[in-house]
Amino acid sequence: MKTDNQKAWFLVLPVLILVAFSAVIPLMTVVNYSVQDTFGNNQFFWAGLAWFEDMLGSERMWNALGRQIVFSGIILAIEVPLGIFVALNMPKKGFWASFCLVLMSLPLLIPWNVVGTIWQIFGRVDIGLLGYTLDSLGIDYNYTQGFYAAWATVITMDVWHWTSLVALLAYAGLQSIPDAYYQAAKIDQASRWAVFRYIELPKMRGVLTIAILLRFMDSFKIYTEPFVLTGGGPGNATTFLSIDLVKMALGQFDLGPAAAFSLMYFLVIMVISYVFYIVMTNLDKEEGGK
Amino acid sequence: MAKITLDSLAHSYLNDPQSPEDFALQELNHDWVDGEAYALLGPSGCGKSTLLNIISGLLIPSHGRVLFDGKDVTHLPTADRNIAQVFQFPVVYDTMTVRENLAFPLRNRKLPQSEIADRVIRVARMIDMEGVLDRRASGLTADAKQKISLGRGMVRDDVNALLFDEPLTVIDPHMKWELRTQLKKLHHDFGHTMIYVTHDQTEALTFADKVVVMYDGRVVQIGTPDELFERPAHTFVGYFIGSPGMNLFDAQIDGTKARIAGTQFDLGTGYALKGGKTKIGVRPEFIRLGHHGLPARVTRVEDVGRHKIVRLDLGGQEMSAIVGEGAAVPDGGTHVQFVEGGVNVYEDDWRVSPERGDAPVAAKTEAA
Ligand SMILES: Nc1ncnc2c1ncn2[C@@H]1O[C@H](COP(=O)(O)OP(=O)(O)O)[C@@H](O)[C@H]1O
Ligand SMILES: [Mg+2]
Repeated sequence: MKTDNQKAWFLVLPVLILVAFSAVIPLMTVVNYSVQDTFGNNQFFWAGLAWFEDMLGSERMWNALGRQIVFSGIILAIEVPLGIFVALNMPKKGFWASFCLVLMSLPLLIPWNVVGTIWQIFGRVDIGLLGYTLDSLGIDYNYTQGFYAAWATVITMDVWHWTSLVALLAYAGLQSIPDAYYQAAKIDQASRWAVFRYIELPKMRGVLTIAILLRFMDSFKIYTEPFVLTGGGPGNATTFLSIDLVKMALGQFDLGPAAAFSLMYFLVIMVISYVFYIVMTNLDKEEGGK
Repeated sequence: MAKITLDSLAHSYLNDPQSPEDFALQELNHDWVDGEAYALLGPSGCGKSTLLNIISGLLIPSHGRVLFDGKDVTHLPTADRNIAQVFQFPVVYDTMTVRENLAFPLRNRKLPQSEIADRVIRVARMIDMEGVLDRRASGLTADAKQKISLGRGMVRDDVNALLFDEPLTVIDPHMKWELRTQLKKLHHDFGHTMIYVTHDQTEALTFADKVVVMYDGRVVQIGTPDELFERPAHTFVGYFIGSPGMNLFDAQIDGTKARIAGTQFDLGTGYALKGGKTKIGVRPEFIRLGHHGLPARVTRVEDVGRHKIVRLDLGGQEMSAIVGEGAAVPDGGTHVQFVEGGVNVYEDDWRVSPERGDAPVAAKTEAA
């Protein structure tokens, strides 16, 4: 049934205005910068797609993108299974369930820059518990100088900060499974693995899709924590896309290239998220019967 | 297949039960005879599921033992008991097809592929789902999903027992009848010990050879449908079974005489009473209206098709009588008589046997 009532548009108007001011207009200024050049004095010249061509040919950007993809890949590969594992082992009810929930939420409540600072101190060889311990065990650990040490620290920090999110979402998914499913599985003599594979995983699929999307988008934009911890170093070892972008835009004040860069960055995130979402919901439909 | 023995079995969900009220299941001793089909009948919350889950091992009883063919299985996990159980609400494995769902219990038991295929086809025919075997289970209706759940219970033919926990609640009435027939056929063909839980008396009485009636955590009577009808062992059974249920009158009993609402009549036999609160129970089917007996007043007549239900007032106590469709019902004053053998005496809600033994019921109802 279709009704030709256009009044509904007025109802969404406030939202449209809000979105325009908060997202579209700022984004358009970025678009504006990306197609112009300036030599100071607030004088701008039309540059066409030159900045985009520049950026696409820029090794620096490709390197940052590569690091970014590796980083997001690694933390997803760790946080998703680990989060599921934690959720599976959390108590289902009672005092300890609440206790675990509070404990798990703590890292999520800490501001990004504080997380960076915590790990910066934690990892220091002279006064940090982690750094000092590793050092006294004879492990050559120095995140400000070693490539692997820097990466390991940044990844551990992210896992520490965000695994809780995956775990909490997975836990919510698990809690929604009626007891009868587990009882039926026992009657059917299903193994622990079969219970996970055929009951728990399918029931968690929705929340896991959300968890993966959130973690992907967030990790792909990561800025504050590595910036505070390593400042992108040593060298460019942990210079992820955002860090590089800020260096370019504010450090070197190359507004044009930075704008072009950020637009492409935005597109990459959107396309990957969209494709992932479509794939997951299509799987869902297929399972909903033919 | 096995005989299942419940030995001083009781269960409380509390950690430290004090009084009988703390028990979801009161102490119970019972043998479920190998190969018999039982119905377990009782109102919601009386402990039916608790009892079933203890038998299947989903629940470990707080007191007493469960034995299969004399072997203590009280603490044996469900998987090692080889029991099939179907629950009230459908459980299907969403990512599997109907075929895979039905095959799942057999796969887990590592049966050969060809045998699995045979049995799945057989059971699919029983639940009328041959046509949708290759569809995903998650897209089906609640009805169909419950049929799959039933099928997964019926597909194993070497089980010690088949337990059904109100399995047809979500099924539509026509299919209900069809599936119940299939279950009876399954029982006939394979002779499994079956326990069928329901709160619907018609379902219980039509399904089983033996009906176990539960009330408030207690098994109050185990008997054939006829026994439950004619000799309810507890006032609850009288009231719960039958439509309308048994009439219960507060009565004083003195030797072979009983007095209801000031009118005395002869019971024909004495009862060994211990001085508790006595009641007389008479089913509406065993009451005759006429010119003799206890004076009563007709308050209402309901025509329910095949017969009429007459509501009466007997000296301030309500009662119902069932009369034939064509019978004339006086309005206002009348008299009621009880059919011989249709009178049961209760003391503190439990039936007391007559000293002379039970007389057979003379005739059920004029209408029958
Ligand atoms: N998991 C449980 N924890 C505590 N009490 C329960 C639990 N399951 C059932 N009960 C209680 O035990 C009694 C019997 O329940 P149940 O066996 O489910 O009855 P039925 O199946 O006859 O409806 C009810 O009073 C119910 O509230
Ligand atoms: Mg129940």
